[in-house]
Amino acid sequence: MNIHEYQGKQLFAKYGIPIPKGVPCFDASEAEGIAKKLMDETGSKVVVVKAQIHAGGRGLGGGVKVVTGGAAAAGKVAGEIMGMQLKTHQTGPEGQKVQRLYIEQGMDIKRELYLGMVVDRETRKIAIMASTEGGMEIEKVAAETPEKILTEFIDPTVGISAYQARNLAFALDVGKGTPEPKKTVKKFVALLGKLANLFEKEDCALCEINPLVISGNGDVIALDSKINFDGSAAYRHKEWAELRDSAEEDPIEAEAEAAGLNYVALDGNIGCMVNGAGLAMSTMDIIQHCGGSPANFLDVGGGADKEQVTKAFKMILSSDKVKGIFVNIFGGIMKCDVIAEGVVAATKDLGLQVPLVVRLEGTNVEKGKQILKDSGLKIETADGMGDGAKKIVAATS
Amino acid sequence: MSVLVGPDTKLVIQGITGNTGSFHALGCIAYGTNVVAGCTPNRGGEVFKAKGPKDEDVNVPVFNTVKEAVEESGANTSCIFVPPPGAADAILEATAAGCDLVICITEGIPVMDMIKVRRALEGSKTTLLGPNCPGIITPGSCKIGIMPGHIHLPGKYGVISKSGTLTYEAVGQLTALGMGQSTCIGIGGDPVAGMDFIDALKLLNDDPDTEGVMMIGEIGGNAEEKAAEWIKANMKKPVAGFIAGTTAPPGKRMGHAGAIISGGKGTAADKIAALEAAGVKVAPTPADMGVTLQSML
Repeated sequence: MNIHEYQGKQLFAKYGIPIPKGVPCFDASEAEGIAKKLMDETGSKVVVVKAQIHAGGRGLGGGVKVVTGGAAAAGKVAGEIMGMQLKTHQTGPEGQKVQRLYIEQGMDIKRELYLGMVVDRETRKIAIMASTEGGMEIEKVAAETPEKILTEFIDPTVGISAYQARNLAFALDVGKGTPEPKKTVKKFVALLGKLANLFEKEDCALCEINPLVISGNGDVIALDSKINFDGSAAYRHKEWAELRDSAEEDPIEAEAEAAGLNYVALDGNIGCMVNGAGLAMSTMDIIQHCGGSPANFLDVGGGADKEQVTKAFKMILSSDKVKGIFVNIFGGIMKCDVIAEGVVAATKDLGLQVPLVVRLEGTNVEKGKQILKDSGLKIETADGMGDGAKKIVAATS
Repeated sequence: MSVLVGPDTKLVIQGITGNTGSFHALGCIAYGTNVVAGCTPNRGGEVFKAKGPKDEDVNVPVFNTVKEAVEESGANTSCIFVPPPGAADAILEATAAGCDLVICITEGIPVMDMIKVRRALEGSKTTLLGPNCPGIITPGSCKIGIMPGHIHLPGKYGVISKSGTLTYEAVGQLTALGMGQSTCIGIGGDPVAGMDFIDALKLLNDDPDTEGVMMIGEIGGNAEEKAAEWIKANMKKPVAGFIAGTTAPPGKRMGHAGAIISGGKGTAADKIAALEAAGVKVAPTPADMGVTLQSML
């Protein structure tokens, strides 16, 4: 689960990580007042107006503007950014509509660094990555100049040790050109300890500060925040519900999630309903291999009940782009009769206007086939997933 | 012969009195698995009643702690059906009680918990399988987990997989071809888990009665690439492979917590290339997994 920059910074502040002073803004008409107040409070003549969308690359897309012309100018810029379709390399060609802004004090930036924390699957530890190439896309740095990324791994039983933070501080030479380099090193080490603490306590999957800036007077400040939580830990973070911004989510994917289904929308026209993530992915693969194009990934999971299956099938039926449906089930825990009942219930409400190919295998397969047969629905049955994929591709092309 | 589980397995099921735990405990016992104990805190002293493969009565004593279950029943293996908030603790409890093998079926354990569990397991003699996996089966002898037992056939081919239903698909194809299985190992689809492909491949490579292996991976991480390196250097038996997620879009989590292409890494194409370079024959579609292994013999 992703959160906005300003929400991430509020978390930073809670953990004592220095951030510039800033205020979120949900209505562009309030921007001028916010900017004026910020300027009065900080004495800074510069404010930054930042679009709040979950995708990265906002600056390049025109969603982040430094304003030097005073509060009225800030209000005008806010009016331009609010509501725009912001396109970045992460939003896709249609872009993402800006509905929230963050207005922040301008900073005296001496250097821009990169700091990121992720779960490293290979070492099974949390990795801290740092680089002198702040402000750049870190994927690009990793691909082109991997030697510029420094990494430390955190022992989960001990937490981050100060020496690890010092290793990074001296390798990045964070004190370079600051009035009191020793103090800046100390500030960097302290920030890293706090960030590591936040990462663990808040169950993050990713936490990035890009850029982390060294200011003219030697302060170390988080100028940006990107936080992604581990969805599996949601049960112990009730506060996440408030951080959620449904405008940033695909409505159908969110609806599926609420129903306990795994759904990912794709560009094709063959709807798929499958049990199990691996089988669902490979069902998409085999459809494409046969010359078709899947409209979605849909894993109803191992233990779905009739209501969930009905919901899942309705989601496929109600999509305009679906020109045919392939149900591919290998029942283990999932019983084939439950799937069949769900399919029949959904079609009773919404009808069935497109070809449907069903492949059932495993637990209670005979019962399931009987239910489909008795329903009178026009269903083509398949022997195996290869046969099923061929049939649905033929029926839709 | 087989690996990890077989006639010598004595199983304790943690969470045996819960909905999921009791349902699958009945299935395992009906298959003939030697379930010697159950464990649910505050339910010690109860008896879990089940039917064995010949419809005989099986009474499984329930204990408050795994320690007690191991001491009283001699259990050497644990299977966990505890919900996510208590699952990491359940793994640590089984490990502390001295179980040789711990199989965790639970899906949705926070990554941070698993990072700590993995660290805690370092230096212990316990092998962890899972979490978020279907379990492990030595057909005809011992089924631990949630897989449908009837699709399996005793035989000489090992199966290793990150995915549950896709494993059933592979097993179903092998059985239809008359190619029985020695042991099928579900390593699970979580980013931080216990046994990986290499651990499982080593066991099957050393098992005198396994003659070939079907290895099923998916997008995300680099476990398949690492396994390919190991296969190239060490594997003495034919390995057929399949990678799910050729058509998966980048940046989207495909059902499994670990199945995600991030930063251009973990694509199916990379994994397939690595496996093929290591001499693994990769099935072109999931419908060809069985015949692909057959063609290598």
